[in-house]
Amino acid sequence: MTTTVNPWVRPYVLTGGRTRTQHQLYVHTLVSAPRYDQAVAADLPPESRHLYERARAGGTQSIAELSAYCGISLGVTRVLLEDLAAADHVQINDGVYDSPFDHRLLKRVIDGLRELA
Amino acid sequence: MAFANSPDRLAPNATSAKVVIAGGIGTGKTTMVGAVSEIPPAGTEAWITQASRIVDPSADVNAKTTTTIATDFGRVTLAHDLVLYLFGAPGQPRFWPMWDDLCRSASAVVILADTRRLDVSFPAMDYFENDSDVPFIVAVNLFDGVQTHPVEQVRDALGIADSVPLVTCDARSRESVVATLLVALRNTMVKTPPVAAG
Repeated sequence: MTTTVNPWVRPYVLTGGRTRTQHQLYVHTLVSAPRYDQAVAADLPPESRHLYERARAGGTQSIAELSAYCGISLGVTRVLLEDLAAADHVQINDGVYDSPFDHRLLKRVIDGLRELA
Repeated sequence: MAFANSPDRLAPNATSAKVVIAGGIGTGKTTMVGAVSEIPPAGTEAWITQASRIVDPSADVNAKTTTTIATDFGRVTLAHDLVLYLFGAPGQPRFWPMWDDLCRSASAVVILADTRRLDVSFPAMDYFENDSDVPFIVAVNLFDGVQTHPVEQVRDALGIADSVPLVTCDARSRESVVATLLVALRNTMVKTPPVAAG
């Protein structure tokens, strides 16, 4: 379905050897590129550019979607997205709820699903 | 499938929630995700770039010729600022280390069980009873739409505590899957304080 962007480079070469990110980036954490700039894209390494362009083309989407769509492993995707966020190229949503068990969040999801049913 | 909200219109400041679908190989995880997702359940092979396609000994049960290599996930846009993700937790033992990552910050877990092969869901039961703080429910997937065993018999066989909701579902049916997700999310509300610590 998808292929690794650059199959000849070991994944962590792309991240300068870093395997950990500063922030907790969950598989479902949302990313968007509200200030997409073509000039910025042109200057990015291929993998980062791919993620950046997909974040714009696909709209607000999860880290898992970006990883799957771009064919970049989840770990590398996290590191590259964090760099893009640090440079203010993408926005990472930390979410408004501190806990996945926050009843306000659960209630919103329940209400949303009930409307769907 | 008609969805009121286009995924493209999700606001940049939107909130996401996650439910994990666990269970053994061939219990219907991929089917369940696909029944409600607005994107095809993407097998994120990129997750494990080094992994070669494995041959699973039980993969031919139900004439299933390929098995999910890493994980399937689906997306359900619930509002312009709210999206629910479903992640299938891969059943093969070699992928268990991934479960910690998948389950981190999940709101609920559904463990799928097949009454013809309850044993394949034992590892998932063990994991969510002992190694995870995410509240879970167990859903018996009715493959033929027919309930072959009384639910309480399944509860005994799987050793499920009385406090864990046990439901039946048809993983192919969107309506049934939504109902199952609702049970799982309501279970989390019952098992957690209103504003729980992360």
